[in-house]
Amino acid sequence: MTEPLAPDQVTGDPVANGGHVAVGWTAVAGLRVPFRITPQHVRDYGVVVFAIALFCYFWVASPVFFTWQNILNLFFLNATTGIAACAVTFTIIAGNFDLSLGAIFVLAEVLGAWVAIHWGVYWCFPVTIISGAIMGLINGLLVTKLRVNAFLATLASALSFGGIAVAVTGGGLLLTPSNAKVFTFIGQHRAAGIQDPAIIFVVVAIALQLVLAYTVFGRHLYGVGDNRNAARLSGLKVDRIVVLTFVITGAACGLCGLLDSSINGAGSSSTAGLGGTLALNAIAGVALGGSSIFGGVGSVWRTVLGVLMLGMITNGFDLLAVAPYWQDIVRGILIIIAVAIGFVVDRR
Amino acid sequence: MSTPAVAQVRLVSIGKRYSGTKALDDVSVEVAGGTVHALVGANGAGKSTLGKIIGGVIRPDDGQLFVDGRPVRYASPREARLDGIATISQELSPMPHLSVMENVYFGIEPRRYGIVQRAQMRRQYAELVAQWGFELDGHASVGALRTADVQKAEILRAVATDASVIVMDEPTSSLTSVETNALHRMIRVLRERGKTIIYVSHFLDEVLDLADTISVMRSGRLVRTAPVAEETEESLVAGMFGAAAAAEHFAKPEHTAARVVLDVSGLNRKGMLRDISLRIHAGEIVGLAGLIGSGRTELARAISGADPIDSGTIAVDGIERRIHSPADAMAAGMAYLPESRKDDGLFLELSLAANTTFADLASVATPLGVLRLAAERAKAREMLKLTSVQPPNPAAKVGNLSGGNQQKVLFARWLLRNPRVLILDEPTRGVDVAARAAIHRLVNKLAAEGTAVLLISSEIEEVLGLAHRVLVMRRGSITREFSADPPMDAVMEAAFGLGGGIVA
Repeated sequence: MTEPLAPDQVTGDPVANGGHVAVGWTAVAGLRVPFRITPQHVRDYGVVVFAIALFCYFWVASPVFFTWQNILNLFFLNATTGIAACAVTFTIIAGNFDLSLGAIFVLAEVLGAWVAIHWGVYWCFPVTIISGAIMGLINGLLVTKLRVNAFLATLASALSFGGIAVAVTGGGLLLTPSNAKVFTFIGQHRAAGIQDPAIIFVVVAIALQLVLAYTVFGRHLYGVGDNRNAARLSGLKVDRIVVLTFVITGAACGLCGLLDSSINGAGSSSTAGLGGTLALNAIAGVALGGSSIFGGVGSVWRTVLGVLMLGMITNGFDLLAVAPYWQDIVRGILIIIAVAIGFVVDRR
Repeated sequence: MSTPAVAQVRLVSIGKRYSGTKALDDVSVEVAGGTVHALVGANGAGKSTLGKIIGGVIRPDDGQLFVDGRPVRYASPREARLDGIATISQELSPMPHLSVMENVYFGIEPRRYGIVQRAQMRRQYAELVAQWGFELDGHASVGALRTADVQKAEILRAVATDASVIVMDEPTSSLTSVETNALHRMIRVLRERGKTIIYVSHFLDEVLDLADTISVMRSGRLVRTAPVAEETEESLVAGMFGAAAAAEHFAKPEHTAARVVLDVSGLNRKGMLRDISLRIHAGEIVGLAGLIGSGRTELARAISGADPIDSGTIAVDGIERRIHSPADAMAAGMAYLPESRKDDGLFLELSLAANTTFADLASVATPLGVLRLAAERAKAREMLKLTSVQPPNPAAKVGNLSGGNQQKVLFARWLLRNPRVLILDEPTRGVDVAARAAIHRLVNKLAAEGTAVLLISSEIEEVLGLAHRVLVMRRGSITREFSADPPMDAVMEAAFGLGGGIVA
């Protein structure tokens, strides 16, 4: 935004000049165009630069920050938010929104704990994930068939899901039998010294990124989010794709519920913890990563970076004994900067 | 209400460009106060743009607008309104959930201590209606009104705000003849009381009947401004189209012996299309001429599955196809390049490669749906070369290309599918001259290879230069058919509904 205009930009309308402006290094052969940092670069890679800078700052400021144990901890503590955020990135890229992440998480968690107690402990695995997917399906159908605005549809469904969760638990905890090692296995087990939830987070993130970048389905998501009409005229069943993004997000939130209840050894319908903050933290991570909230632009690795950056602020400032309210202020400012950069670039 | 001042509008050397193409070029018009001044021209001649500049909807790039001798520069329709210039067009719609009265007095509500005085508003409205003689229920919700009544509400709003100049952009395009007559009566009343009306229209009979002065425009330039007594329908058509423009002219082989590829019969869509039947043979380019709003785009969208139809059949290569979605039409071998590449065609944030392969991703993916990116790039590069996109760089973002290149990318997407039927809606709109010529050569080449082409264009030169046969649409029906190379004025007169016997 502040860099000087290159000669070919001065003559006026960039489009009239053959559109070589923002893709400087691919311009006409024989014409030497020096590499410049454009606002698009700032939007696309600003988050990377900033994450590295923040990382280096904490590394220098705190001797504990860059230790194997602390980095593992960073991934472990952000595993549930991270998984939900990676999945909701699909919904957002396809041009929708999901506020019900936390509620799906909570209801899947208590359903999982309930079946673990009443039906047998192994039931908790399919039930959490499938119930999450069904809740996502409900969201998707509300948005596509009833044409309810995604923001309102998921706000409303979140209320209902949360209410059902309280009805199941009666407001307390569903403690699983203390001898049910199976239930707490994936939450508390470590493989090669790494907590399983951290591993699952990384695996899910990689899988979703690969789907997004290297499959037909992933390409369709970008198309639907970028230009819904064009996607339809290109022969896509747009509604089906949108529903699928909600189902994937729901299933991922179900998985988050499974991990959380397994970590705690109980199912809780309380929204005081993760259940209350999951949706906003996950979406904040997506936005901070630089994915457009209007769809068509973004990726899962950006979301991972965004979530880890938010986690790093908590972690690093805790190590430096900075008060939590300062952490929130910094996080808020960062998100605004990230979103504003996106807007400035899009308006050009 | 005070006696309104007689306002006079003067435009000097107005110019306006859209991404390189000149929409208006050095246009100077003087509008005398208290008259009806018509702006006429073919689609894309710049008449609406000029009207919008007067109304503050669009800002000119060059030139100066004078109102009552004062140089003015409006940043928005609101600023123009404050200066006494109101615009009435279907694009600038009023607030549908408010009543007529609330719309008329929006922003100028009679109020006391910031509270709207509804009783006073009702009194004022009754006076206003009585004074002007335009009957309209003030309590009706504007969203529920017919177009004619919405216009009436807009006119009432204009006079309630003491506007002295009223710009009307194609006011009668969706009115019945009775409603048109009523509107004209209102316009005459406005003129009698000193209002200045700028009337943008392509209905020549209306203009000749109503206007005091007519400015004829062609391709962004002013042809002439003359009093109505000096013009006839024929002289206006001649002024609007001039001598045949130099569009490349292709040889036109006969195709009646060739196989019928697209066979549409008895197509109906309520309020849009009436009993449309057409056939396109292999290798034939059929041009579809007609004015904006005549149903050309609606026909293209109906055939290509973008919009539903009420009745009728569509067959490709002799097999009747049930087409309920664009996917069905694509499966039948059709490809549709929509009118607005930005709204309905391109993915501006995605790369050229992604845009090119989007409608046929299966061809560059494994059976499990994993993209073969190298194959995609190669295929995209091949298609981009075929359509002469410059530079054919698959990784570049489509949003950064010029209009001509963007249109070629859209061609690349659909040619990748090897369509049997190619439906082109305004394929060269907003495209520079070189790209236009390249697209014309491409279309001709595709036809020579046996593709059936339906070509919609507002540029009559384009239709005549390319098409082997020309169909003319008017008010949702096909009203005339011409074989190869018809005289341009005959096509135009058919489009305008003049002569020719067959009446829509």
